[in-house]
Amino acid sequence: MLVSCGESAWNNPYPETDKGKNILYSSFSERPKHLDPARSYSSNEVVFTGQIYETPLQYHYLKRPYQLIPLTAVAIPEARYFDSQDKPLLATANVDRIAYTLYDIEILPGIQYQPHPAFAKDNNGNYRYLDLTEPDLRDKFTLADFSDSGSRELLAEDYVYQIKRLAHPKLSSPILGLMSEYIDGLGEYAVTLKQAETQLQQEKGDGARLDLRDYDLSGVQVLGPYRYRVKIKGKYPQFLYWLAMPFFAPIPYEADLFYQQIGMDKKNLTLDWYPVGTGPYLLSENNPNLRMTLEKNPNFHGETYPTEGEPGDAEQGLLADAGQALPLIDKVVYSLEKEDIPSWNKFLQGYYDASGINSDSFDQAISFSSHGDPTLSESMREKGINLLTGVGTSTFYMGFNMRDPVLGGLGDTARKLRQAISIALDYEEYISIFLNGRGITAQGPIPPGIFGFKDGAEGINPVVFDWVDGKIQRKSLTQAKRLLVEAGYPNGREAKTGKPLLIYFDTTTSGPDDKARLDWFRKQFQRIDVQLEVRGTDYNRFQDKILKGTAQMFGWGWNADYPDPENFLFLLYGPNAKVEKNGENAANYANPNFDKLFERMKNMDNGPERQKVIDTMVQIVRDDSPWIWGLHPLQYGLNHAWYKNAKPNLMANNSMKYKRIDPELRDRLRQEWNTPVTWPVWALVLVLLLGLVPALVVHRRKTHAVGVLH
Amino acid sequence: MFAYIVRRILYALPILFAVNLLTFVLFFVVNSPDEMARLQLGLKRVTPEAIQSWKESHGYHKPLLYNESPAFGNRFTDTIFFDKSVKLFLFDFGNADNGRNIGYDISQRMWPSLAIAVPVLIVGVLLNITFAMLMAFFRASYIDYAGVVLCVILMSISSLFYIIGGQFLISKLLHLVPISGYDNNPMEAMKFLLLPVIIGVIGGIGSGTRWYRTIFLEEMGKDYVRTARAKGLGENLVLFKHVLKNAMIPILTGVVVVLPLLFMGSLITESFFGIPGLGSYTIDAIQSQDFAIVRSMVFLGSALYILGLVLTDISYTLVDPRIRLG
Repeated sequence: MLVSCGESAWNNPYPETDKGKNILYSSFSERPKHLDPARSYSSNEVVFTGQIYETPLQYHYLKRPYQLIPLTAVAIPEARYFDSQDKPLLATANVDRIAYTLYDIEILPGIQYQPHPAFAKDNNGNYRYLDLTEPDLRDKFTLADFSDSGSRELLAEDYVYQIKRLAHPKLSSPILGLMSEYIDGLGEYAVTLKQAETQLQQEKGDGARLDLRDYDLSGVQVLGPYRYRVKIKGKYPQFLYWLAMPFFAPIPYEADLFYQQIGMDKKNLTLDWYPVGTGPYLLSENNPNLRMTLEKNPNFHGETYPTEGEPGDAEQGLLADAGQALPLIDKVVYSLEKEDIPSWNKFLQGYYDASGINSDSFDQAISFSSHGDPTLSESMREKGINLLTGVGTSTFYMGFNMRDPVLGGLGDTARKLRQAISIALDYEEYISIFLNGRGITAQGPIPPGIFGFKDGAEGINPVVFDWVDGKIQRKSLTQAKRLLVEAGYPNGREAKTGKPLLIYFDTTTSGPDDKARLDWFRKQFQRIDVQLEVRGTDYNRFQDKILKGTAQMFGWGWNADYPDPENFLFLLYGPNAKVEKNGENAANYANPNFDKLFERMKNMDNGPERQKVIDTMVQIVRDDSPWIWGLHPLQYGLNHAWYKNAKPNLMANNSMKYKRIDPELRDRLRQEWNTPVTWPVWALVLVLLLGLVPALVVHRRKTHAVGVLH
Repeated sequence: MFAYIVRRILYALPILFAVNLLTFVLFFVVNSPDEMARLQLGLKRVTPEAIQSWKESHGYHKPLLYNESPAFGNRFTDTIFFDKSVKLFLFDFGNADNGRNIGYDISQRMWPSLAIAVPVLIVGVLLNITFAMLMAFFRASYIDYAGVVLCVILMSISSLFYIIGGQFLISKLLHLVPISGYDNNPMEAMKFLLLPVIIGVIGGIGSGTRWYRTIFLEEMGKDYVRTARAKGLGENLVLFKHVLKNAMIPILTGVVVVLPLLFMGSLITESFFGIPGLGSYTIDAIQSQDFAIVRSMVFLGSALYILGLVLTDISYTLVDPRIRLG
């Protein structure tokens, strides 16, 4: 056998030297596209960037509702409001009077960057690797090939530098458009940089390096080594949430200049693949086609595990490490697993410390109690596996195109038609059949865990549900059909012409695997005698239809950027429509009353007054029904007994530092679960050998055959 | 032979140009630069300005094939097609639309692909020839019939079944090798490669053995075999010295032509076993609408295929003295 015969199990995919070490093993299914914080926006990217970069603010790991706390900032920055004459205003001032807002952000001194060649200096104090030529890079393929590295203190100018990078013409930051609306001068700055880059290219060719320090941005200012200021147009309280996202992480200019050197990109040495941060981990191996490894940053400034959480956390052992120095794990190894089956089996063998649950393995992992509550199956409990559940801060809905002549508009006819369809489409059944119960029926655009969400009787959508005997109950099909009659479609036919009502549903998922789901949709519509035609289309055509407003009904979703109702209600704000305005309002819904309330609500602080406005807004959209509200996914996660401090936090990107493992227990259980079974191999060899006997007999007979003449 | 090789290389140029043009047209019939930009920029908050900026920074802001605005001489050269194609012929693939250098990625990813493909090919061919010769030796006996039935059964089973079944049996139940993974250290990589190689070989036994058996049986019916037997040569000698040697031409045709393509890897095997090869490189690029990778891989595939055909021609001269390339 080629496998090693040491103490480790034969099927252990990790090196023998890893045994007993404080290493966490995880997987990723899709290689991250970008690790540059100016470009990275996907959840599979922030898994890495969140551990490497440190933003001024972060979310408290344990407390709920989600709460912002300082990370590198000394304190949560306070907003200071000014009118157009630069006169200070009170926080309670009318929004119309506020011309701009200033946020002064003070960061902690003494924070050091991870070791990196960009900081390396020679004996004269000059940077060693910031003036390289292509021949210098001949033998350089990874950062490890640079013999020297250095570090330096984190400064406020690094945060300013990164905000400037959002406007860099080569980076195409996804939030440049949004931030240009709020950060003073950012849009103009993007134009300036573009012109500067063109000029530099003409003058110096490919070797031109754009040093953003040479170009000032009016809305961002360095006030001192540890203090910087951001000027926001008008009032935008949600800006604080953005300060907890990697877009606002610091980038040292040295790193930017280092990677801009000619020849670097040919070796894939870019900031997009080799991040430089101050966080608890650094990326020591970046091979996204195989493995990505985070290792403890030796220069990490230190942070401690939270000493308080929400009620119940202490009982669950989540405060056992209170006050301990972070991070609690030395190394994190992420392996690429494109397929669910190997990934799931490796989790069961103990080679991954935690796992999600896919549809194929759901029945193996979860069983339902007599009350319908999900519990772990017997086999999972025997292994000491734990189940974690949490409602995602996401919403998946079915949108009506409000510009469509049949389904769209705020008129009574189309509204009742939409309401009838909303009742007919039984999402409880959908969740049960297609999601193994992993979701809750949405009552509006705001998911649980976000301010403005209401549970129970007061939170139900009265257009679709009733509250009966303390339980939520979907309205009957009779009521849906009555609404259909009122809409002018008795028995699913247009009253005037007698033509059957045919509705088109555009979707990108139309393969054989989706047939059952699409058939289910058709069946739901048939229950109210309406015909549904599914138009399967590729991603590009689908996007094109949504942008042009030619789709009639479509499936869509949104995952929260930050825990504020504005981040969901803006999906229905008229000026944010997809058609013509290219916004995120895919249904092109526009109700002046809703829009007016949205403009008021978005600048309000959380409190009873804001809740009241949100309630009115939600009531308006429920009544107009531009979406079938769909569902909020229920996320299930499994982790082994040796994996500690696991608590779902759907906002925090940097939660790896809080996790802890017990390597001794892991090694013992892995060994126990993976004892090699060799007898079938020997049995097979024996069968093959026995099978050779008749062949040899025939062979002997043939070669020793004697011809007989008659 | 040198003149022949030069002539074949010159023939290859218009073929490669046509393949490149066809790839370009097919890609941009389905995708527009705007859609590529939207997919690269992410699904949230993508503005028209960001799309324009992305196109300009990646060279997709120009017309596709024909530019009406510049001077006549530049009308075909100041286009996306020209910009993206000309360096391909120097095997300079440039950067992918996600910023990664394609040449570097290919050079890194081809080794794991080869680490599976080469042993599968060598062991597979040897095993298939052995089984085929055994069946030819025992032709028209129960061993031959049983072998043919077994081959048909093996051929009828999906490769996915071999992979999932192999992982389930060998790795999950028997705990003999890791289910998936890879290591750049060749010694460490062995334990990861064992299962995919075994599965690759078993998966190819059915079709390979039947194919070679047909070749051997055809050879065995020829006059020179009858002559050899008539002059009293033993069956072993006839089979191994005469039949095998003469059957090498069709065997070589099949083997040599696929040699250069071994670089390209196998999509399903690499996905299930977590092998970081080139198998999924093109498919991933098509899904993410990364034209730079798609055109590079199609170009490389075409060039390697042509190379395979040339090598096959050359190999004929080695095994058949009657053939001369001129």
